[in-house]
Amino acid sequence: MIPPTFEYLRPESLGEALRMLPDAGEDAKVLAGGQSLMPLLRLRLAYPDTLVDLDRVAALREIRDDGDALVVGATATHHQVMNDPLVRRFAPLVAAATATVADPAVRHRGTFGGSLAHADPAGDLPAVALALDAVMLARSASGGDREIPARDFFVDWMTTALEPDELLTGVRLPKAGPGWGFHYEKFHRTAQAWAIVGVACAVRRVQGAVEDVRIGLTNMGSVPVRASAVEERLGGNALSDGALREASELAAEDTAPPADLHGSAEYRSHLARVLTRRALGAATAR
Amino acid sequence: MPRIRVEVDGETYEDDVEPRLLLVHYLRERLGKVGTPVGCDTTNCGACTVLLDGLSAKSCSVLAVQADGRSVTTVEGLSLDGAGDHPLQRAFHREHALQCGYCTPGMIIASLDLLRDNPDPSEAEVREGLEGNLCRCTGYQNIVRAVRGAAAEMRTREVAP
Repeated sequence: MIPPTFEYLRPESLGEALRMLPDAGEDAKVLAGGQSLMPLLRLRLAYPDTLVDLDRVAALREIRDDGDALVVGATATHHQVMNDPLVRRFAPLVAAATATVADPAVRHRGTFGGSLAHADPAGDLPAVALALDAVMLARSASGGDREIPARDFFVDWMTTALEPDELLTGVRLPKAGPGWGFHYEKFHRTAQAWAIVGVACAVRRVQGAVEDVRIGLTNMGSVPVRASAVEERLGGNALSDGALREASELAAEDTAPPADLHGSAEYRSHLARVLTRRALGAATAR
Repeated sequence: MPRIRVEVDGETYEDDVEPRLLLVHYLRERLGKVGTPVGCDTTNCGACTVLLDGLSAKSCSVLAVQADGRSVTTVEGLSLDGAGDHPLQRAFHREHALQCGYCTPGMIIASLDLLRDNPDPSEAEVREGLEGNLCRCTGYQNIVRAVRGAAAEMRTREVAP
């Protein structure tokens, strides 16, 4: 369908964008790559008054080294992120998960920050950001800069902690140090479909023991969730196939998975257990 | 109404467009470039794929205003040098890589995008590269064969898009 009418604003700088947002009001939407927003407009599921297009705000596309972290600009495209040498070296989980998002044409336009701000619990990157303890960098004209940890950022289904006049400017990802292994395990039926369930995991091993483990689950609730019970069971223990299998059985604890045409809640819980075991196995295989 | 300036298949156009006008509708209805079809209208099928500044994009998921100042290549722009059909077009013909032909323009543009990064893709790599393009009648065997055949020809002849 043809999208509904809206006013279109195209700021040339971050400052201009931040000044436009308060006037644009609560019914404005920020347009980044548009690969989630455009389908919503065409299906008439969204009726924003105004679109603020960030396309010309070049500063938001940068990916830079920030000491013990990387800062990925909010409108860095998926294509850019998955091919970026810094991301591949210091945030391999992000590179690997991004390569599973949609398809090449969508990855050319879709953006890292856009996927996070869209906060679709079936999106792959929110669970990855959660597993990595990423920090969202937000800015507004009135409030200045604000840092929001990933675990506080995803508030509800497609809802984040961002204020209407606030822009996600970038994401700080802690650099992976020695001993860490990563894996994103995604289950979907057709090539470009959303994950029915996905599991992002990061494991640090020290001399055969699991020193640190973080697991983010995709599509197991209205927001991405950590598999805390698995993390607690495994942390500090010796690594073995049996330990991984036993801990993975706890993957669906304290989750509220949705039921839809792709699967029942019970099926998703089963998938979470199986995929967590696979993800942990892959992350600790090297 | 915003005014846009966009290069399409080597020619520059300037037009006033409504902000909600989709790039695919601009191409078809304003410029008459009907070689790019509208397929699913939900960013799934890839029939409307074009190159936007050299990178594949689904033109049903891009506003015409977002193409302002950029260059677009559609399937109609592939044989600008006057040398006849592009090797990908010939290969799709030769290998029977289409029946109804609706997905073909998108398949060819997505293949071009793939071959720019990877001039000699394996069968699996072709399938990965075309994962955003659906064919509902021929199936994919002949499409994969056509892409690999065209790749071989393009490697020996250094054909530019």
